[in-house]
Amino acid sequence: MAYSDKVIDHYERPRNVGAFDKNDQGVGTGLVGAPACGDVMKLQIKVSPEGIIEDAKFKTFGCGSAIASSSLVTEWVKGKSLDEAASIKNTEIAQHLALPPVKIHCSVLAEDAIKAAVADYRKKREGQV
Amino acid sequence: MNDMTMTAEAKAMEHATRSNEPKKPVYLDYQATTPMDPRVLDAMMPYFIEKFGNPHSRNHPHGWEAEEAVEKARKQVAELIGADEREIVFTSGATESNNLAIAGVARFYKDRKNHIVTVVTEHKCVLDTCRHLEQEGFEVTYLPVKPDGLVDLEALKQAITPKTALVSVMAVNNEIGVIQPLAEIGRICREKGAFFHTDAAQAFGKIPLDVNAMNIDLMSISGHKIYGPKGIGALFVRRKPRVRMIALIHGGGQERGFRSGTLPTPLCVGLGEAAAIAKREMAQETERLTKLRDRFYDSIRKRLPEVYLNGDLAHRIPGNLNISFAYVEGEGLMMGIKDLSVSSGSACTSASLEPSYVLRALGVEEDLAHTSLRIGFGRFTTESEVDYAADRIVEAVQKLRAMSPLWEMAQEGIDIKSIKWAAH
Repeated sequence: MAYSDKVIDHYERPRNVGAFDKNDQGVGTGLVGAPACGDVMKLQIKVSPEGIIEDAKFKTFGCGSAIASSSLVTEWVKGKSLDEAASIKNTEIAQHLALPPVKIHCSVLAEDAIKAAVADYRKKREGQV
Repeated sequence: MNDMTMTAEAKAMEHATRSNEPKKPVYLDYQATTPMDPRVLDAMMPYFIEKFGNPHSRNHPHGWEAEEAVEKARKQVAELIGADEREIVFTSGATESNNLAIAGVARFYKDRKNHIVTVVTEHKCVLDTCRHLEQEGFEVTYLPVKPDGLVDLEALKQAITPKTALVSVMAVNNEIGVIQPLAEIGRICREKGAFFHTDAAQAFGKIPLDVNAMNIDLMSISGHKIYGPKGIGALFVRRKPRVRMIALIHGGGQERGFRSGTLPTPLCVGLGEAAAIAKREMAQETERLTKLRDRFYDSIRKRLPEVYLNGDLAHRIPGNLNISFAYVEGEGLMMGIKDLSVSSGSACTSASLEPSYVLRALGVEEDLAHTSLRIGFGRFTTESEVDYAADRIVEAVQKLRAMSPLWEMAQEGIDIKSIKWAAH
């Protein structure tokens, strides 16, 4: 099947591949998907004391659309507040990457990954208070 | 390095490297289909325009000429499996042959027998035909396979009852290339009084087959898997002891009433020629492909840890490998090797998200099944192609593992199975 140019671009030059120390108090980690389903995304955000996402990293096991979706959202969340990041919708991701219907679940997973990373970070902060 | 600073020697070397590179994309999907052998096309050409007669026209030279060509082809097909040419029925392909063999036999004998035995790793056209027969009231036993992909002969013996009309076991699996123990299966079926049908689409022309030595009663054959044309196949139907069937396609009663319709003379000639070439060259081709297969597989295993072969290696056609590259999803991998035409065991594109049912039947875990590639070698595969393919696959797997969260966990010693994944 044919991938869009944007998917190919993100697949071939993925942005922000890598990992932060998941025990760092300023880092939120979201791990979503399942190996048995053929998709696992790990998205990490590094958050400033002011609550702004300064940096993001990802690692993804999955098809080209899954890799592209996670690569794209690492770009989108940077500079955003936690609430702004958590409000990114899968439809925006799918639209931007021109994902076909069978690949919509990749964008859903990317949205879930952001929400999971934000939730993880918030949980850590609550634990500190 | 630019041209100014490059020495003549370096230039020559670079040129040599480049000219050694294969033409792209490289075709490594010979279980899906094969290109026609030019010799096959040469044999077919006269029968399109010049010798166009209807082989069933019994009363003029044009018909006789076509009939002669069709009968020669029938003999060529029969000779490759030790059959009599009167036992060969031409069809449109192995799918039709499988439908005809299974449904045709089941329906003919339904007053006395109502049971069919087959195997879970069969091709969809066998399984789907069996499902339809279940709806008609037949009982079907789907035998499991062992982890090496081979059928358990004891389980087969147990499954056959006096009510069993037909046992259908494929000769070579299309995904994992394993060769079933046909002679043993044939012996069991003969002892128990059930007909033995084998789908030999991936075996005919690749491994020695003898319908008498193996007690095979029906055999499905495909043209386009053996460098012949698409749209033609055959069904071997034993005459002694006679196997009877109810036809699927009715009409002029051609092909002994089993398959009405005018035979496509050029396609029959193509299948015959492809069979004749396969018979002559099988031994040397097997040797050449085994070398290429080993060269490729060794090259991969030397450079990549955690690669797993699916299906038995010893009982396997040389032109097939099915490998799981752990922690790298198959479709994502395919995208990284765009100039290689291979097939993935992951079904990420399908709505179900289910990985290959064949690999699942071997007991391959779902996560590993998602990481598999089927790599098929054939008559026109070259050494430089397999070297190029191995290099590209190693590169892509290394790149994707570096960005795989599962690989990262494995390196950290985390057992992926210990994590409670949310299914989606």
